[in-house]
Amino acid sequence: MSVAPPQGVWWKERTPREEKLWVAIALVWAIVMFVMMPLWHIYGKQNPSTETYRVSPEEYVRLTQEFIEKYKVGEENGVPVVEPPPGSDVYLLGRQFSWEPIIRLKKGETYRLHLSSADVLHGFSVYPMNINFMVIPGYDYVLTVTPTQAGVYSVVCNEYCGLGHQVMVGKIIVVE
Amino acid sequence: MSDDFRTCPVTGFKVHLPAERLIKVNAVTAVVALLVGAIMALLVALTRWETVHLLRPLDYYKFLTLHGWNMLGFWIIFFEVAVLYFAGAIMLNSRLASPKLGWLAYALMLVGAAGTNITVLMNPAKNAIMFTSYVPLKATPGYYLSVILFAVGALLAVFNFLATLYIARKERTYRGSLPLVVFGALTAAIIAVSTLLFGAAALVPTLFWSMGISPTWDALTYRIVFWAFGHPSQQINVAAMIAIWYLLAYLTVGGTTISEKFSRLAFLFYILFINIASAHHLLVDPGVSSAWKIWNTSYAMYLAVLASMMHAFAVPAAIEVAQRRKGFNRGLFEWLWKAPWKNPSFSALILSIVIFGFLGGISGVIQGTEQLNIRFHNTLAVPGHFHGTVAGGTTLAFMGITYYVLPLIFRREVVGKSLAVYQPWIFGIGIALVSIGMQGAGLYGVPRRHADITSFGGSVFAFDYDPTAYFWLSLLGIGGILAFTGALLFVLIAVATLIKGRRL
Repeated sequence: MSVAPPQGVWWKERTPREEKLWVAIALVWAIVMFVMMPLWHIYGKQNPSTETYRVSPEEYVRLTQEFIEKYKVGEENGVPVVEPPPGSDVYLLGRQFSWEPIIRLKKGETYRLHLSSADVLHGFSVYPMNINFMVIPGYDYVLTVTPTQAGVYSVVCNEYCGLGHQVMVGKIIVVE
Repeated sequence: MSDDFRTCPVTGFKVHLPAERLIKVNAVTAVVALLVGAIMALLVALTRWETVHLLRPLDYYKFLTLHGWNMLGFWIIFFEVAVLYFAGAIMLNSRLASPKLGWLAYALMLVGAAGTNITVLMNPAKNAIMFTSYVPLKATPGYYLSVILFAVGALLAVFNFLATLYIARKERTYRGSLPLVVFGALTAAIIAVSTLLFGAAALVPTLFWSMGISPTWDALTYRIVFWAFGHPSQQINVAAMIAIWYLLAYLTVGGTTISEKFSRLAFLFYILFINIASAHHLLVDPGVSSAWKIWNTSYAMYLAVLASMMHAFAVPAAIEVAQRRKGFNRGLFEWLWKAPWKNPSFSALILSIVIFGFLGGISGVIQGTEQLNIRFHNTLAVPGHFHGTVAGGTTLAFMGITYYVLPLIFRREVVGKSLAVYQPWIFGIGIALVSIGMQGAGLYGVPRRHADITSFGGSVFAFDYDPTAYFWLSLLGIGGILAFTGALLFVLIAVATLIKGRRL
């Protein structure tokens, strides 16, 4: 009985066959899932990056500014637009409440995209790809990216970062 | 000593009156928190429904922060304290270890809950920092202090329950092993102790930091420590909910598990494996290795998921066996059709199992996969998952047991029984729509905790989400209205019963 102490030696009772079968099926399924996880990590190509470096927010802001000065090609609504050469390090800075700079990339080329924050946590969410990563102050998170489709992509902050959180939108442009 | 007891005419339990008073006061406070949280839920849902878009950003963030605390924190934990006292004292025919400690715990929790609401309502510009309270977003000390007081109170209540188990055993108020429901409550209590200690480890240094006493701490370290509190606190709910499932199966149809051994083993799996799952909050974080992510989010070989699968068999099996014993043996499913569907506790139990498993559980396993998490992290699909588990699962189970708490503990006949028959359906269908709407919108990248996905507060870089996303958000809004109606109906029935219900 669920509400009274079980009678007799309950831990030696025979388990009903149906329940054993159910647990066996569930256990096999659990093991398949468990094996799939590392296998997919090794053979799949969609793993989240683990390349990370410690960087102080001040240092990261400086790195981003240097990067902007070096590759700036214009401005849009007061936000610098940069066009870094293929294969280079690209810095994207999240701060309350903007993404800087606007990045122009070439389709089919590979870049090292750095993400970090000048202040609090932010979320890097690319629309319409729906790809999401955390942006954490003190950590330089490096994603190796190869854009495969030309177009304008929006970068939305999807980690609550303060009262202006909803205005924090940036842009990545991929050209042919 | 015996003056302190009455014998329940229905169950035959020896009811310790000081324990009963504490159960009443904690349960009533829980329902008040549910009402406050539900009103905020309606406001928040109507904001995310873009056609309505009710609140301006500041109010949205304020009510969203408090909706989280009132629901995930106060409604559920006050109710769980009532469940612990019931399982520890009454189900074991024992006295509560210390009624005084019980009142102290209650006072701390009440001050903490009220303080959290007041600090956020009075100063939303600083304190609307969401349930997660990630550093270095800084609130005022009063906010952190309130949350800590609540957690300390909850911890004292858990110790009171554990001490009650000890004296019940020592004073031989029962023979043999703990009843299964108490065993489930003990599982919840054990997970609660470790969870609340991690909560202290996350929030106490944060309090000192906000007071200017200690320096800020690493944002990623906070996330790791916080989630050792944040997700396991929901595992307390899972364990408590399943204990209530077994209790409801017994109370509604007389069902008992067909194997004590398996049901208890499944609870044991929760204690051992479920807490490491909190790593799935960090799947797309920098600074943690793939091996760490994979191992932890596998729930140690998915053994915690296996435990849920075992309960998912055992509880319906308990119902079926009990029904067949009554002679409902025609066809495969006569036992189900002839079940007491007019009993709101029974429909709440079934809906809780279905919504928890199919909307909450499955989405949890999907989102907790290393690669798939890239598509889900911080999108609306995440709250879509936990509205399936916590609102559709735990809350609905707690609503179901309330229809027994009212006559058995408060000794009042439930008022409006004909309405109560529909209440779990209205709430359950509403929450299911909320969960589905959120998960659908999340697939299109709609972020959670975002006040304005249409015009982005007038940002020059505003863009349009896929129109399909707006369909899912409407579903969330309509579901929100339904679920609110169901919750309101529940509160009204409970309050009317306390005031007007015939004394039993």
